[in-house]
Parts: sequence; C-alpha cells; structure tokens
Amino acid sequence: MSQKPLLEVENLRIDLSIGDTKFPAVQDVSFTIGRGETLGLVGESGCGKSITALALIGLLRHPLSIGGGIIRFDGREIQSLSPAQMRQLRGDRISMIFQEPMTALNPLSPVGRQIAEMFVLHKGASWRDAERQAVEALASVRVPAPERRVKDYPHQLSGGMRQRVMIAIALACSPDLLLADEPTTALDVTVQAEILDLIRDLCAERGTAVLMISHDLGLIANMCRRVGVMYAGRIVEERAAEDVFRAPSHPYTSGLVASLPLLGARARQGRHRLMEIAGVVPPVAAFPAGCRFHPRCRASTEICVAADPEVTLLPNGGSVRCHHHE
Amino acid sequence: MNETHGDTIMRVENLAVHFPMGGGLFGGQRRWLHAVDGVDLELKRGECLGLVGESGCGKSTLALSLLGLQAPTRGRIILDGHDVSGSAGKDRKDRARFAQMVFQDPYSSLNPRQTVRTTLEAPLRLHGVTSRSEIDDRIADVLKHVGLRTDQAERFPHEFSGGQRQRIGIARALILRPKIIILDEPVSALDVSIRAQIINLLLELKETLGLSYVMISHDLGVVEHMSDRVAVMYLGRIVETGGWETIFTNPQHPYTRALIAAIPDPFSRTTGVKITGEIPNPLNPPTGCGFHPRCPEARDICRIPPAPLLEAIAEDHLVRCRRVGEFA
Repeated sequence: MSQKPLLEVENLRIDLSIGDTKFPAVQDVSFTIGRGETLGLVGESGCGKSITALALIGLLRHPLSIGGGIIRFDGREIQSLSPAQMRQLRGDRISMIFQEPMTALNPLSPVGRQIAEMFVLHKGASWRDAERQAVEALASVRVPAPERRVKDYPHQLSGGMRQRVMIAIALACSPDLLLADEPTTALDVTVQAEILDLIRDLCAERGTAVLMISHDLGLIANMCRRVGVMYAGRIVEERAAEDVFRAPSHPYTSGLVASLPLLGARARQGRHRLMEIAGVVPPVAAFPAGCRFHPRCRASTEICVAADPEVTLLPNGGSVRCHHHE
Repeated sequence: MNETHGDTIMRVENLAVHFPMGGGLFGGQRRWLHAVDGVDLELKRGECLGLVGESGCGKSTLALSLLGLQAPTRGRIILDGHDVSGSAGKDRKDRARFAQMVFQDPYSSLNPRQTVRTTLEAPLRLHGVTSRSEIDDRIADVLKHVGLRTDQAERFPHEFSGGQRQRIGIARALILRPKIIILDEPVSALDVSIRAQIINLLLELKETLGLSYVMISHDLGVVEHMSDRVAVMYLGRIVETGGWETIFTNPQHPYTRALIAAIPDPFSRTTGVKITGEIPNPLNPPTGCGFHPRCPEARDICRIPPAPLLEAIAEDHLVRCRRVGEFA
C-alpha cells in the first residue's frame, strides 16, 4: 500500500461567474486526507465549504467551476478524468451524503431499489442479487425490519430514516472517501446523535475516510481528528480537533469559540456576555483585499489591509493564515 | 378562584390543544391529535423560561396558544391576573399589546415589499397611535433599542443581513411595548458568528425593558445560557421543569438526560448515553408513559396507563416519571 494520502487538494480555486466576471469563491485551499482519516471543514454559510466538497466529487455546475489547483484522489488527478471515469469513481470510491435527504432521494423509486442500483451500476450485480444486498445494507444502517422497509418510498420514512437510507446508498460500495455535508442539520438532536454514531461506526469498520462539513464547531470537533476552519473562501486555520477549542490560533476561530454558548459553560463559570464578532460574512463578489477577515478582526493592523497573509505552520502541528496569529 | 399575580406574569393551567384529524365530509373515524396535552406553566416577571423539545413535541402549538393565535381545547391562560382563555375578537388586541413573538426565520417573517418603517408603523396605527410625531418617536426609540439607525427605517428587508433582519423582527415585537416576548428559535437561522450578537441583545433588552421571555429552542447551549427556568416537553406534555441549574446539572427525567447527552462534546470523540427511535406518532401515542418505547430505563410498570403525573421531587423541580430516582 502506498504511503501517499488518499486525497490531496492543492491550491484549489473555485470561480463563481457573474456575467463576464469570475470571483474566487474558494481560493488557495489545500488539505490532505489519509486513508481512514476524518477531516472536518467548518465555517458559516458562503465560506465555500460545500462547494469544496462538490468540486472533489466532480459535481460543480455553472456558475461555479474549478478555476485552478489540483485534486488528486488515490494518485490520480480527478480533473483529467473523463465524465464516464468520474461517474465510475463517484458512488463507488467517493460518495456523498447531503443535508436534506428528501431532496437527495428519488421520490418515485422505492428506497431498496435506490440502494440496489449501487450494486448494479458499480459491482455488476444482477437486480435480484442487488435487492438482496440492499436489505443487508439497510440492516447495516440499523433500520428496523429492513426486508419490509426496502419497499417503502422516501415520503413514507421519517427524516432520520431517510438519512439512514442515504448513508446506506453512500456506503453501499464501501467507498474510500465519504463526503458528509451537514448530514444532521435537518434532524432532531437525539436523532442527530444516532446518525453521527452510525457514520462514525460504519466508517471506522470499513476504513472509510470522512470529510465532514458543518457550521457546528462542536459537532465537527467531536467527529473529526483534524479540523479546517474556513472563512470567505479560505482555510484560515487547520488544527487537531482538541486544539481548535483549547488554543485557537486565528482571531476568527478564537472569536467563534468565545461566541458559542457551550453546554455546561454557565454551570461551570457563571453567565458572562458572549463575545461578539462584529460585522457580517462578506459576499463572494466583495471579499476584502488583504486578509479577508480584517474588517471584522479585533487584531487588525495596517499589514492586514495591505497584504494577504501566507500560511504559517504552527510549532505544535497545524497551520494558520494570519499576520498576528496567537 | 385565587387570581393573585404579584410575581407571576403568566400562568397556564392544564392547557390542551387538540386537532381533529379525518372524519368530516368523507366520513371515516374522526380522531384527535393531542398536540398539547395538559400543560401547566408559570412565567415569573423578568424571567426567561426555556421551552425545550424535539420537533412535534407541541412547543410551537403551545406558543401560538399563549399568543391567542390558537384556541385551546381546554385549560386556562392567565395573563397578569386576567383569565384570557376564552377570549377572541376585541381581546385579541389587548393580548397583542401584552405578548408578542419573535420568529425563527427573519427572511420569511418580514414582508419584503414593506420598508422597516411600514412594518413598525402598522401595529401602532392598529392600536390607535396616529400622531405622526409619536409614531416617529416610537420607531426611533425601538430602533435604537435593537441597535439600528433611524435612517435605516426607510430600507427594505433585502437590504439587511440576517442578523440585522432579526433585529428588525425584535423591533417589530417590541413596538407595542409588550410585557412578554415569545422567542421561537430566535438564533437558529442565523450565521454562527452573528448568534452571539442577538443573544446578548435579547438578554440586555430583558433587563432594560423589564421583559419576560418564553424561549423555544432545540439548542441546549443557548437555552442554558439564556434561561432562568427550563421546561422540557415530550409528546405534548411537560416531562421535567425546574431552574436552569437543576435541569442542566441534575436532570432526572431520562428524556432530559438523553437530550443533554446527545449534544456532541467538542472535547471528546465519543458520545454519551443514547436513546433510540424517534418521537411516536401523536395520533397513536404509547400507553402509560409516552416516553417508554425509547426510554433506556423503562420497565413494565411504565407501559401501564394512566400516564405518570408531573410531580415535585424537590423545590421547583418537577418530573413526570414513575421511576424517578430509581436509576443512577
């Protein structure tokens, strides 16, 4: 087995076309994911985390397009693959689950058939075999009475059950990499906990690497070994999960951590005013020059306006993109 | 009946809201969905009561009936000593002056064709404030309270960010100077970096204007931060209620414990005790304790009707569980 990481992303740029102008919605994004590793991308809406995932799986559509950089999956540059080769890869070796399973599933097809399709398309199974495997796949995502449930249509299932079906489809072919984009945001907290456990257990069992995307820093830190914090199209900090909360380095990350009313904080330290991050997330067409966080940053100085900060490696591992990192 | 109010600004007694399902024109059996099924609540002056529960537990229906937007099937709502349970029509206006709501989504809850001024002016005019100068003063005053500039009143909602829109939503709720504000998931539609601004603003307004809040939220971190007291709902009933510290540091109902354990802990890569399954169909609720099919502590006794009662186990700590205290 090669020592190379499963996925290497180098200086990825994703352009948003508005008329004849292209704006970099994602710029200079680099990260790697090893086999079986878990990486989280966390950020607010519009930071570019979801389109980064779509770029990895070859699903960017106009007005979004890859504007530069390299995505290497298992040694192969995916931009050089033909659409047919990409289709083979997608679902078989890289798969994805989305926030709202109702819109991601086909409403006109029984869920068992939608799972079975994976075995037919990617493993060359007959429909009869595939439908039998679909029952096992549903059982593996802990759906009760799977032999009956395979006949159900998506509307007959609850949100949690639908997300289990999505996971069954995504993991049907034991992919090397699972992209999970806000997989539990639409679910209740107790159901969320079950779904997170399911993703954690099944991926560990199969050695599937996970790129998890969420706006919920606590969830990402709980699920992933490493965390990349995105702001305005850039990864501003990449750290081991525990360090993000204990010793955030970028002012955006430390601002976020201090702004969260974390469960248990009031009981431990009493109630204090939450730290506010001033201003709003800038839209893609109006990313500021220099450091993109500088208009909202408390530590901002002249250099932050004048120059775009480079990535700095931190002594205890991880990296940060800030002139004044802690 | 004793209607003393003093410290209590709102009291809810045995409130139920049942919706008819089926039956009617095409026959079939009419069944009743018990969305809210016998809720007792007390809101003290100046306090924030956090109302917690998952989707379908009845918390939004309860909020609507507190505002008089949903007629209760039975039970009483006493606002500042006045029984308003049966009221409609003219009393609606009095209630609007007394209690207002801030909605979850500041994108869909503001009229996109109205300027902020028009949105804020309408309730004033409806409630008999017609002098131009008074309207201007009240609008300027409320905008200042929520941290917006007076000149921004001439703008339309789309010209504002999500956080600013929620400030407009709060200004709209405050314009009639109500005593109670119902906050329905007030920050969950906002960007994470904006939430703290709104949470801080709401807590400040509570102090400066002497407001009382009922806050519905599924985000237990926000509930712990903001609430003075907490009520946990499941299947239309309150299963546990008490001071925030009691609920968060000494929860007794297995459902409350499960809710708290379900929040991902950023400092560990494991999760706490889990419950399985989902909220049962309220049209066909389980016998006995409504939580027994999902409860890790359930025994045979929990399946036997009637449903357990909400009973005090300590001062200001009520729990609806037959086996309370029997598990570690």
